[in-house]
Amino acid sequence: MARDSISHTLLVATILCIVCSVLVAGAAVGLRSRQEANKEQDQKKNVLIAAGLFEKGKQTADEVDAIFDASITRVLIDLETGEQVDSDVVDPASYDQREAARKPEFSTAVTPSDGLGGIKRREKYAFIYEVKNDAGEIERVVLPIYGKGLWSTLYGFIAVGNDASTVGGITFYQHGETPGLGGEVDNPRWKSIWQGKQLFDENGDVKIEVIKGTVVDTTTDATHKIDGLSGATITSNGVEQLVQYWVGPDGFGPFLEKLRQNEAGGSRG
Amino acid sequence: MAKSKNKEVLTKPIFDNNPITLQVLGICSALAVTSKLETSVVMSLSVIFVLAFSNAAVSLIRKQIPSSIRIIVQMTIISSLVILVDQILKAYSYEISKQLSVFVGLIITNCIVMGRAEAFAMKNPPMVSFFDGIGNGLGYSFILLAVGFVRELFGSGKLWGQPILPLVSEGGWYVPNGLLLLPPSAFFLIGLLIWAIRTWKPDQVEHEG
Repeated sequence: MARDSISHTLLVATILCIVCSVLVAGAAVGLRSRQEANKEQDQKKNVLIAAGLFEKGKQTADEVDAIFDASITRVLIDLETGEQVDSDVVDPASYDQREAARKPEFSTAVTPSDGLGGIKRREKYAFIYEVKNDAGEIERVVLPIYGKGLWSTLYGFIAVGNDASTVGGITFYQHGETPGLGGEVDNPRWKSIWQGKQLFDENGDVKIEVIKGTVVDTTTDATHKIDGLSGATITSNGVEQLVQYWVGPDGFGPFLEKLRQNEAGGSRG
Repeated sequence: MAKSKNKEVLTKPIFDNNPITLQVLGICSALAVTSKLETSVVMSLSVIFVLAFSNAAVSLIRKQIPSSIRIIVQMTIISSLVILVDQILKAYSYEISKQLSVFVGLIITNCIVMGRAEAFAMKNPPMVSFFDGIGNGLGYSFILLAVGFVRELFGSGKLWGQPILPLVSEGGWYVPNGLLLLPPSAFFLIGLLIWAIRTWKPDQVEHEG
């Protein structure tokens, strides 16, 4: 059989395709559980970072799991009402938040339409993470946030104190911003600036902003202001916009309002 | 005889016939992943792996490959290997796979891999082709590591994520050069490297006319 005959060509192509697809499919299936575990691990780690519970040197999977299980409860809430979602409506175990934003029945339009950069729809239900102290009281809540930077969508978490206004920490676990410029959203020093800042003013309006340059502590409203990232104006603006959106009335606003009232009323224990 | 040829194909591509500086192939990924040493190393290892095994595989079946579909056959082998690498990285080195993002997938279109399969593996036996793959991978790695070293050290004052030059923003004295973190700086560095290598080995200089 000649090498260039049609039958030989088809034979080689078929065998090659089968061998390669077995190889690729085998790798994908064989490694999937490990990859999913990695993804979950990474999320947990970032929840801990935002919550301020992550300790350097304690980053093995087991240690992260232990801290996570000991102090954090994951709750699925309805963004519109701020209430926990009944497990009859949505099963938290199988709910994929990122996927939900793409499904019509689980998503809703972003309002105002330019509130979240180029993102037009967001999910209806979101996971929040309650950080409890030894007495079982909520100390902080960790909220998932995302929005557009310059090149990419940034995904992260922000921790808010039980007064529903003090920032406990912020972290981004997935983005594609320029390393060294917009990528400095990963810089621990910059992230630490967020700690202790106030999201809202006395009237309960979102006041937090990322400014150009460095915040001088003596300026008015310094407690609402974050240093911008130099050389990364668009990323800084994107971070400002996404934080403002997610803590605002169309994002976690209703939930934070409830948290504030519960704390003030002392009804939660 | 066979041994000396193995050695030759292994070492030649590092300086004498470097895929990046002489053949000017694979520039795209060299620009994209070299802002840090760590990503450069992982990218280098991935490319060495893909090059070596795609060369060996293509060479193994070179007598069976019909010439009318040879490029597609090579592409299929290369892509399968790249997907394999990508999956392994995602499973065992999640942090780094996040940083490399699409660039692992883009090894498929790295001209070095295709170039070696077509130019070398199609004409040579598997063992030599395997070493040729490693050799060319090393040549690529050499440039990647050199560029990654300079960019990370002077762009962010660190090496392998460890602070070397204390930054002004963290209370030190070093003002990082932000240009080095942007892809175009790799162009300048590779240009300088080509200059240096061709001054050292003048026979690499291309003559006009």
